[in-house]
Amino acid sequence: MTPAADRKLMAIQVDPTNKPYFDAASEGRLLIGLCKDTNKHFFYPRGCSPFTLSPNVELVEAKGTGTIYSFTVMRTKEPFSVAYVELDEGPRVFTNIVDCDLDALRIGQKVKVVFKPTQEGSPPATMFTPV
Amino acid sequence: MSIKGKGYIVGAYEHPTRLATDKSVSQLHAEVAWGALQDAGLSKADIDGYICAGDAPGLGPLNIADYLGLNGLRFLDSTDVGGSSYLLHVAHAIQAIALGRASCVLITLAGRPASEAMATGTAPRTWGVNVPDDPFEMVYGRTVANAYAMVAMRHMYEFGTTSEQLAWIKVAASHHAQHNPHAKLRKVVTVEDVVNSPMISDPLHRLDCCVITDGGGALIVASPEIAKSLKRPLVKVIGAGEATKNQAGGYIDLTYSGARFSGARAFAEAGVTPSDIKYASIYDSFTITVLCQLEDLGFCEKGKGGAFVSDGNLISGVGKLPFNTDGGGLCSNHPANRGGVTKVIEAVRQARGEAHPAVQVKDHSLVLAHGTGGLLGTRHGSATLIMERE
Repeated sequence: MTPAADRKLMAIQVDPTNKPYFDAASEGRLLIGLCKDTNKHFFYPRGCSPFTLSPNVELVEAKGTGTIYSFTVMRTKEPFSVAYVELDEGPRVFTNIVDCDLDALRIGQKVKVVFKPTQEGSPPATMFTPV
Repeated sequence: MSIKGKGYIVGAYEHPTRLATDKSVSQLHAEVAWGALQDAGLSKADIDGYICAGDAPGLGPLNIADYLGLNGLRFLDSTDVGGSSYLLHVAHAIQAIALGRASCVLITLAGRPASEAMATGTAPRTWGVNVPDDPFEMVYGRTVANAYAMVAMRHMYEFGTTSEQLAWIKVAASHHAQHNPHAKLRKVVTVEDVVNSPMISDPLHRLDCCVITDGGGALIVASPEIAKSLKRPLVKVIGAGEATKNQAGGYIDLTYSGARFSGARAFAEAGVTPSDIKYASIYDSFTITVLCQLEDLGFCEKGKGGAFVSDGNLISGVGKLPFNTDGGGLCSNHPANRGGVTKVIEAVRQARGEAHPAVQVKDHSLVLAHGTGGLLGTRHGSATLIMERE
C-alpha cells in the first residue's frame, strides 16, 4: 500500500486561448475540444482543430469519466502517479491519479475527474481518481 | 532526388570528458569541433556550413559560430528536435551539399548537465515559454522518466514484455562499456542487478536509465570530392529519414515510435533491409527506448522486442545485432542530455573498423544509427541514418 501523496502543485500558465478551459475547471467542470468539421473530440483544448487545422472548434463539457490507458508511479519522497486517462469521449488526457493506493493502479481501471487546488490565483489541476 | 551517395561522414570526434567542471559549454563546442577537424584532416577554413541545436548557447549559428571563428559560412541550420537532432543534421548537410550550397559541414553538440547538477530525468523540464502543452502537463509533474515509463507500462500490458527483458538491454550495453576507458559506467551488470536497482518510475529502475554526463561530439559531412581527397576510410551515407510523432489531439498510441516512419524512409532510400544491417547505434535514453525503436525499425516484429533483446542478442560477438558498442547512453555517455551525436560517432567507428577490437563487428559494411529526441510518451523527433563503408 502506497498512498498517493498530496503534492504541492505549481501554478498553471493561463493564456488567452486556454482561459475558458481553466475558468470551467475553477467551477468544477471538465471541458474538451470538439472539431465541428469532423465531429471528433480532442485534448488538450486549443483554438484550432488538430485534425483539420480549421478554427471551427468549440469547447464542450465532458462526462468526466474514463479508464487508465497507461500510468507510472514516480518513486520520489512523495510518490505520485502520472497517467494517461482515456476519456469516455475518446481523447487521452495527461494527468495524475490521486486519492488512491498507488500500488493498486491498473491499466483499464475506471476513473472519474477531480479538481485539485494549485496556487493562490491559479486554476485547479484536472486529475482523476478510481471510481 | 535522393541524398544516397551525395555525402560522406569524414570527421567524427567524441569528447573524452564526462565531467567538465573546468570548461564552459562554448569551449566544449570548440574542443569537439577541433577534434573532428583533426580526425578528418581538415582545417577550419574548409568549413562552409555549420549546424547545431538547442544545446548551443544563444543563437547557435550566430554565437557559437562566432566563438569558433567560423567565417564565410554559406549554409546554416539549427533544427532542434532534442537528442535526435544530430542525425537529422547529417541528412540536412547532405541535402545542402547535393544542391551545391555547401561542401563541408560541421555539426557540434556539447553541454554540462553533470557539472550543473541537473536532475535530467526526474525533475520537471520544459523547453521555453509559451509552450502550448505545458499548462496541460507540467502541473502533473511530467518528467523525462515518467514520460518514457508510461510507454514501458503500456508495452508490458499489450505484449507481455517483462522487466527482465528490458534489463538485457542494459546488460548488453555494460558488456560493451567495460572496454571503453571513457565510459561513465564500466562495470558489467546482470539482469538481477538491473531489476534490483531502485525503482525510479514504474516499471523503469535506476539501471534502466541512461547516464547524465558532460561533454559532446562533432561530425563533419563532406562532398564525395572532398571525402576522396582525405586519408580516412570512406563512410558514405546511403539513406536517411526523419519524422515526428505527437499526441494527435489526444489519440496518442504509446506502442510505437516515430522510428516506424523515419526508419522506413531511410531503408527505402538506401535500398536495403534491416537484415542487411550488422551493427546498429540505437538511441538509449532508457531501455524501453531501445526496445521500441528496434521493433519500429523492423529488426523484429512489433511486440516481440522483449524476446529479441534477451540472452545477449545485442552483445557484440554473442548476439545477432550488436548495438551501441561504446556502451551507449546507458553506460558511456549522454552529453548535454542528447545522445544523437554519439550514436553517429560509434556507427562511424564501426564502419571504419575503428571500434574497440573487443567489440568491433567483423566483415560488414552497412551500419545504422537512429535517434529519438524529446519525450517518447508525448511528442518526439525521430531520425535514422544508414551508412556504408566504401
